Amino acid sequence: MLRLPPCSYLRPGSVDEAAELLAEHGETAMLVAGGTDLVPKMKRGQMEPELLIGLGHLAELRAVTETEEGGFEIGAGVTLAAVSGSPRLAAAYPAYTRAAALVSSPALRNVGTIGGNLCVDTRCNYYDMSFEWRQACGFCMKKDGDICRVAPASKRCRAIASSDTAPAAIALGASVVLAGPGGRRREVPVDDLYRDDGQYFLAMAADEIVQSLRLPPAGSWGSAYVKVRRRGTIDFPLAGVAVALRRSGLLVEDCRIVLTAVGSRPFDVSPAAGPLLGRELTAEVLAGADDLLAEVANEAAKVAKPLDNADLHYVWRKQMTRRAVEQAIVEAASCLPAPGGPA
Amino acid sequence: MRRAGELHVVGRALPRVEAAAKVTGSIAYADDIELPGMLSCKLLRSHHAYARIISVDTSAARAMPGVVAVITGHDLPVKYGIMPTCEDELALEHEKVRFVGDPVAAVAAVNEETALAACRAIRVDYEPLEAVGSIEQALVPPDDEPIHDYAGPANVHRLAALEFGDVDAGFAKAAHVREDVFFFEGNTHLPMEQHSATAQVVGGKVTLWSSTQDPHYVHRALSKVLGLPMGELRVVAAPHGGGFGGKCDPFSHEIAVCKLALMTGRPVKCTLTREEVFYTHRGRHPVLMWVRTGVDDDGRILAMHFRSALDGGAYGSYGPASTLYTGALQTTTYAIPAYRFEGVRVFTNKAPCGPKRGHGTPQPRFALEVHLDKLAGELGLDPVELRRRNYVKPFTRTVNWLRITSCGLSEVTDRVLEASGYEQRLRRPGHGMGFAVSSYMCGAGLPIYWNRLPHSECVLNVGRGGVTLLSGATEIGQGSDTVLATIVAEELGLGPGDIRLVTGDTGLTPVDLGSYSSRVTFMAGNAAREAGAKMRALLVKAVAEKEGCAAGEVRVAGGRIGVMSFEEAALLAEERFGTLSTRGSYTPPEGIGGRYKGAGVGPSPAYSYSAAVVDLDADERSGEIRVNKVWLGHDIGRSINELAARGQVEGGVYMGLGEALMEAQAYRDGLLRQPSMLDYKSLTFLDMPEVETILVETVDPEGPYGAKEVGQGPLLPVIPAVVSALHDALGVWVDEVPITPDKVVRVLSARSKGKEPRYGPKGFPEVPYPALVKVAPPDAATASL
Repeated sequence: MLRLPPCSYLRPGSVDEAAELLAEHGETAMLVAGGTDLVPKMKRGQMEPELLIGLGHLAELRAVTETEEGGFEIGAGVTLAAVSGSPRLAAAYPAYTRAAALVSSPALRNVGTIGGNLCVDTRCNYYDMSFEWRQACGFCMKKDGDICRVAPASKRCRAIASSDTAPAAIALGASVVLAGPGGRRREVPVDDLYRDDGQYFLAMAADEIVQSLRLPPAGSWGSAYVKVRRRGTIDFPLAGVAVALRRSGLLVEDCRIVLTAVGSRPFDVSPAAGPLLGRELTAEVLAGADDLLAEVANEAAKVAKPLDNADLHYVWRKQMTRRAVEQAIVEAASCLPAPGGPA
Repeated sequence: MRRAGELHVVGRALPRVEAAAKVTGSIAYADDIELPGMLSCKLLRSHHAYARIISVDTSAARAMPGVVAVITGHDLPVKYGIMPTCEDELALEHEKVRFVGDPVAAVAAVNEETALAACRAIRVDYEPLEAVGSIEQALVPPDDEPIHDYAGPANVHRLAALEFGDVDAGFAKAAHVREDVFFFEGNTHLPMEQHSATAQVVGGKVTLWSSTQDPHYVHRALSKVLGLPMGELRVVAAPHGGGFGGKCDPFSHEIAVCKLALMTGRPVKCTLTREEVFYTHRGRHPVLMWVRTGVDDDGRILAMHFRSALDGGAYGSYGPASTLYTGALQTTTYAIPAYRFEGVRVFTNKAPCGPKRGHGTPQPRFALEVHLDKLAGELGLDPVELRRRNYVKPFTRTVNWLRITSCGLSEVTDRVLEASGYEQRLRRPGHGMGFAVSSYMCGAGLPIYWNRLPHSECVLNVGRGGVTLLSGATEIGQGSDTVLATIVAEELGLGPGDIRLVTGDTGLTPVDLGSYSSRVTFMAGNAAREAGAKMRALLVKAVAEKEGCAAGEVRVAGGRIGVMSFEEAALLAEERFGTLSTRGSYTPPEGIGGRYKGAGVGPSPAYSYSAAVVDLDADERSGEIRVNKVWLGHDIGRSINELAARGQVEGGVYMGLGEALMEAQAYRDGLLRQPSMLDYKSLTFLDMPEVETILVETVDPEGPYGAKEVGQGPLLPVIPAVVSALHDALGVWVDEVPITPDKVVRVLSARSKGKEPRYGPKGFPEVPYPALVKVAPPDAATASL
């Protein structure tokens, strides 16, 4: 069987202590909570930490609290299963809880955390392979090599952003609290967590830890997440679309569209929703009349540039991105509060 | 033979005898074996698709602390292979590597981590050669040397060209002739259990425990490669976590652990990683097929010409048999009066292909059934009706000399059509239903290597109240143990749980060719029944003598032999006759096949028959397919255990749907694209539809209690029925499996641009077929048995 290479494990007493350890040990250390991403990657030699800093035991990362302004703050160590199984969160943020429910399989959601999913490694089928396979293929710039195998002319790594929950969090206007050494804390929008680079895809500092996710008050937003993948479970997204919608009376006042798995970071393509603003989402429009949804979907999917480094044909993945945008708008509309209800 | 009403345990839906141990985790699979002082073995595998080995330097590995032994190809220089005609494998290659994953060296170390580190410390200098990646490429002279120095031309491994009856005359008479081309992508077995082997040497004698389907063939290969007499080797098939044909060859890791155990004097274990299982493979061949059929005005087949080209990967394996299987069983469902088959298998620089559930027949069955659907459409005939007009009749002989006995083809057809409502289906957009039939063997009529031994032998011992059956058959998850225990229990008036089984152990059990070709129920089952009937006769005779009654008056049932308990009767019989040990054996009858070269593939003492209806919805925009339900009718002859039989049908449907919709052992630049269970797509629970299993009992005259196979046949019709249902749903043909959603979108897009609504291969390459071997078909008297 594949063996886990030896490494040290430290069990800090607090998030602050974990941040201090991270700062102290630098690149040789990695954080581990659920381990569902890290452990198989260590076995395949994709990640070679000498030191693991455990977070899974920290109670301060496992709280779900209502914020003063009426939103929620979810500790980074809360499991995906806990989030997807929460009726309170599902009522307020259906896109987010749906996204969490669509990550991998029940067993992995029971240990995988929301912080881990926001920081999940980018994926590429030239990279998500054993050491021996990568040796046979030739290593790539993301690990052990210096070129991109799927796009040899590319100056950067083209691995694919594969978090299901990130686009939902971005569409819902969420932010993360980052903990640094010395008790340092800063709050940044989730969108600012990412860079469009498959190798250096996280924009936070090397000594920072995602401590919590802050979701603003749900207000009158309706939201949805649609995931494209081959099978009913387990698979990573081949495309993912989160939509959050808000109406004023019967007319669309705001619409956010965020894509995942179509590039190396989640893309907020909300301007593509322009044609929907001020329109009424009648049954006809949602059924495809006026080609309004198609127009929005085509514009939204322009940013998607899939390559031959994931499952199925890349042209199909692009086509499905458009379709998923339309579906997500329809689904988000279906969970909007009734017009005239509480704003 | 006793009538059905007199059977006590045969046919009942009882739990499988090994089920509790499996679901509670108490069974010890091959990798669970732990022996004192045991070493771990890892194989160093090639990372080149095709290269000459210049040198192998193991000095750094040998110097590592914890490394006990390192071997290379020079330590195991004897070639072997499952088929005597293509013994082209070395346990460890020392001249050339022929695919990524080809083993080059083996290390025994104190633990797996050290063994792996030592493998990485071995320096191999390679001179890369131009790799061959496709059937077309293999048919033209290679840039570098051919992959093997036997066979040819180019990288051709095997050619076959057979004609039965006058095919040209048949086509000349035909009112309609149709040609089609199909491609079936390769796929792999995906057993839950990775292969594992442990060897131990005691007193100079070697014992190997392995997750193998055929301990007998492994035994022979070990003897040959290690140069030890068979009597000094013992191969035990450990409790098995899934075979499906993937554990039918002798493998490098099995030979390496034996060699390392002999060298070190310590037990040595090697368990493959999941990725190594993908390289070990021996799975479904990718096959390109061309079929031409001529029919009369009524749709009756007058002639058929079938061509297949198999991508065999890097070694021979079962290839010659696989090649012939792509042409052998077309005739067991349809009465084809004139039939020509031309087949070719080529070598490519990929993991070697071999047998997988349905060995060599799912590919042509897919092609044949879809081809008949298209032919029916062209003739304006209902596809079911076209088939019915051509169905073989029971107790006939096919044009290629296969003896058909019991045949429930019409009945399985009627039953699935009735249950599914196929003929009354309502039309709605995106919804479709498809129908297909198939047939499979109940054991290969001939062994892999020529010998006159019985194919299955059993010994049955009774003493001290216990019943022990010794059989070489191996439980590979298919229910072999349950079938054998049930048969013995039936004969002795006991329950299946009362029978102790010792199986698949070449040191303890008499010969059995193993668990492949769906042979266990029919062959080992008949042997067990014979042994059981003989034991029963002894027990009955002892009791009848004691009671002073006729043997016929002694009832055997419910744990009693007449007035006595089984235990009392057994004691009495042992006192009367001495050691209670009976034997049974099975050899297929003579004359079940022809006498031409190539006639060894296809004959079987009986054939099972299956029919499937698939109901699905297909999304016109995404190409995504949702299978709603599958009805599977199977002529099983008779169920030995109905629950186990239904499990086999459901497993076959599961695997068939996976092959139809997603499974692919696909390559990119000589490298396997998806050597992991995440990336190699097979159906999850959420993708698996309801299966309605309909078992039809035709009571075969030669099967044990009339039983036939159920392990492989039910997979076969599922794949073409999916293709047919997709056509029913969207009006497009996808002549290539798996039918992934991107292919469906491409064919729909082609149609919307006015192009042919078909996705599939464009043509069939030029193949240097030899002159046809012309075989006269059976005369009329022989043809109706």
